[in-house]
Amino acid sequence: MIELQHVCKAFNGLPVIDDLSLHIARGEFTVILGSSGSGKSTLLKMMNRLLEHDSGRILFAGEEIRSFRPEAIRRRMGYAIQSVGLFPHWSVEKNIATVPRLLKWPAERVHARVTELMTLLQLDAERYRKRYPHQLSGGQQQRVGVARALAGKPEVLLMDEPFGALDPVTRATLQLEIARIHKALGTTIVLVTHDIDEALSLATSIVLLDHGRIVQSGTPLQMLSNPANDFVTDFFGRNDVGIKLLGLQSVATRLRSGEHAGGEPVHASLSLRDAMSMFLVRRVDRLAVVDGECRALGTINFSDLLDLRP
Amino acid sequence: MHWVKNRVLAVLVLSGLVAALGLPFLTHAPNRLVAGIGIALVQLGKDTAAHPMEIWLTLLPAVLLVAAIFLRPTRAIQIIVYLAATFFLTGLAALAAHHATQLADQSGAIARTSLGAAFWLLAAFSWLAATDAMQRLAVRLLWRLLGAGFVIVPLGLMLATGAFNDLSLLKEYANRQDVFSAALGQHLQIVLASLLPALLIGVPLALASNRSLSLRTPLFAVLNVIQTVPSIALFALLMAPLALLAASVPVLAQLGIKGIGLAPAVIALTLYALLPVVRSTAAGLSQVPQPVIEAAQGMGLTARQIFWRVELPLALPVFLAGLRVATVQTIGMAVVAALIGAGGFGAIVFQGLLGGALDLVLLGVLPVVAMALAVDALLKTLSLALEPNVND
Amino acid sequence: MSGAAPGGTTRRAWARDPLPWALAALLLLIFGMAQLKPLFAALFPELQRPVYAQDSFWALTVSHLKIVGLSSGFAVLVGVGAGIFATRPSGREFRPLIETVVASGQTFPPVAVLAVAVPVVGFGEAPALIALALYGLLPVLQSTLAGIKSVPPGANEAAEGLGLSPWQRLLHVELPLAAPVILAGVRTSVIINIGTAAIASTVGAKTLGLPIIVGLSGFNTAYVLQGAMLVGLLAVVTDLAFERLGRWQAAV
Repeated sequence: MIELQHVCKAFNGLPVIDDLSLHIARGEFTVILGSSGSGKSTLLKMMNRLLEHDSGRILFAGEEIRSFRPEAIRRRMGYAIQSVGLFPHWSVEKNIATVPRLLKWPAERVHARVTELMTLLQLDAERYRKRYPHQLSGGQQQRVGVARALAGKPEVLLMDEPFGALDPVTRATLQLEIARIHKALGTTIVLVTHDIDEALSLATSIVLLDHGRIVQSGTPLQMLSNPANDFVTDFFGRNDVGIKLLGLQSVATRLRSGEHAGGEPVHASLSLRDAMSMFLVRRVDRLAVVDGECRALGTINFSDLLDLRP
Repeated sequence: MHWVKNRVLAVLVLSGLVAALGLPFLTHAPNRLVAGIGIALVQLGKDTAAHPMEIWLTLLPAVLLVAAIFLRPTRAIQIIVYLAATFFLTGLAALAAHHATQLADQSGAIARTSLGAAFWLLAAFSWLAATDAMQRLAVRLLWRLLGAGFVIVPLGLMLATGAFNDLSLLKEYANRQDVFSAALGQHLQIVLASLLPALLIGVPLALASNRSLSLRTPLFAVLNVIQTVPSIALFALLMAPLALLAASVPVLAQLGIKGIGLAPAVIALTLYALLPVVRSTAAGLSQVPQPVIEAAQGMGLTARQIFWRVELPLALPVFLAGLRVATVQTIGMAVVAALIGAGGFGAIVFQGLLGGALDLVLLGVLPVVAMALAVDALLKTLSLALEPNVND
Repeated sequence: MSGAAPGGTTRRAWARDPLPWALAALLLLIFGMAQLKPLFAALFPELQRPVYAQDSFWALTVSHLKIVGLSSGFAVLVGVGAGIFATRPSGREFRPLIETVVASGQTFPPVAVLAVAVPVVGFGEAPALIALALYGLLPVLQSTLAGIKSVPPGANEAAEGLGLSPWQRLLHVELPLAAPVILAGVRTSVIINIGTAAIASTVGAKTLGLPIIVGLSGFNTAYVLQGAMLVGLLAVVTDLAFERLGRWQAAV
């Protein structure tokens, strides 16, 4: 979908992106992870030409991005930022309709699309479409921001630390939202963050940056279980790697079918980390597991967390 | 156009070049009644033997300025640009002054040499170039003031030693020294007589309005209406009532309160000055953070102590900004007051206006502008000097 | 959102709205000053001609508005244009200098610009137009710079990222959001120009300041009063109209 080949960028003589090559596949949820100054925002902004790369090639759907007008690229990509940047003088409806109107969609199609997106982002369309940004909470504003980014049916969704300015509860809710949207729509998403837990829970592919270079890229499981070097290990936290790994897998993977246990059952999709928390809170070593329709599937034992089976 | 590194300087230098080539630098007339013939800068340049020093003082900096267009604007280059611009300005003035003296020696005392459009434009462009260089350097106020000294000191010295005396502007001054001094005194008198009552009335009004909303709304409404009325209209509106008042109460006329002159001018200017004073005092006091006042109360300070030791110092910067606006505004409006007989520099300005004499107009305008700029700079410096102490 | 009362729908709101009253007073005085002759004659019994009659007040008003309109139109076009230029990438270099010039220019009294223009271009309307255009430029330019600066940077970044072209961003995001501030600057500029135009009567421009000037030189306080009332009312009505315009713009 997006391909970077030996891309470099420098500001005032200082290299910010250093000979970086990256392939972002269609349908992937790629998280670009790094600490402040690692170049992650710069990398994202080069993809939609908000910043121009100094050397190397960047290809979008197989074509060099410099062969398009910048606006043409950006209208095919959605863009959501931390400060949201809703237009204060436009209603929610007009904000979301920005790109469709730029693309000259007919009015009914625009109206329908706004309704569709507001529903997708769980905003009551009739109540909120005529409201103005200052009348919305921070979380609602960012939902509108994401809806606006998706409105033009973009091929890629670029997000620059979109949930960084929100309180932890709202942030967690919106993270679940975006994961749900990714599963439902299959949109290619590139999200920049410095939050490790956010990356681990959302990404299908993580790209870890340091000083403008890719240190390692891979699935969350690979990053945790096969770190390329000490930097990666330290970045993800030496001491609780095991617990983070548990967070990546669900109860269903360690299920003992057919067995029974007492007490309130847990859902098969629960993460192993949350299951461990259940074990500790209830002070048991077996939990019953059910599926979506509350049919018994089996059990999970505390010792299964260690996965000592050969 | 990648070889042009400093576009602002390029525009200024180019404009200066056009002005120097197309407009007269000086104009010379055999007497003050006849229109003068223009003397271009180039003509002065050709005659290097006549004023070698002044020409070099002007030419060298000019070359440096042109060169600086094509160099990357590093700090060192900016310092050079600043110095070059200020020396250029001084050189221009010296050149003009020296040539005027030479012409006066040749043509006699009644001949008139005036500064032409090219001089004024070149002076303006070099001042702009210096300002731009100073801003790119982004230095503290102290350095800026020192830098300003580079222009003010040489020009001041030249003025004091009489180098400019053969320019028509100073000949007008020489002819009207007493009128000028009288105008200066009157102007200062008008400004002070308006500002003091504005402060004495305005500050208490602001304090009262901060406590009572029912006072604040009508007060600001009235002050805003006053501010909207043009100065000449307000002066004129006050004339009739004051004239009638003076007619019915003769004592007032003896005190000097008549329909024309100082009385209507001072009353009007006081009213105009009230809005900035009241607004800035009220705003300054209301932006004192409530937690600070509560902390002071908690420490056991009385209301009076809190006002003098906490609120006033914290409100001072905003208040000074308003005082600055009020003073500059009053200095400028006092010029119009000359129309109703209050005197001041406006009298000289209007006299020149009606006679079409630019020199006379400048003789009145330049001191007013200089006063306004000086007060503005002074109060800005004062504000900045106070601020670090306040934030401690 | 603007908090403006639904002005004009209830009779009480109409009665308390100052704009129609001021406008009515202005028009009454312009056309009906001659009717007030007995009043002025009573106030100033020593005057032979208590009401200014050398020009019709309407003609003077039209001329005054023409001078202010032309010069302010120029000031708005050039001021907003220059302000937009100084906030574009190509003009950014010029911005600090422009801000300094605009700030220090406003420490000059407007009369000074008029006074300097006369010996250069002569008497009549020309120096007034030039002086008002140049001086009126400053508040507009200053408020355009401030207004564009006040646009939230997130809105600008989002607009660019979504794919609006620079021209679209200026037209649909920056200018609408900067409009209230720019309008305030235009308001200041026009009000100052009304006053300076009145003073320009001293150099031969036909404005409502003419009765004041003629009255001052002829010791005719009645003329002075009539001119002053009209100039004052004109300024107040214009200011109220701008305020109304600002409220209407905010509600749109």
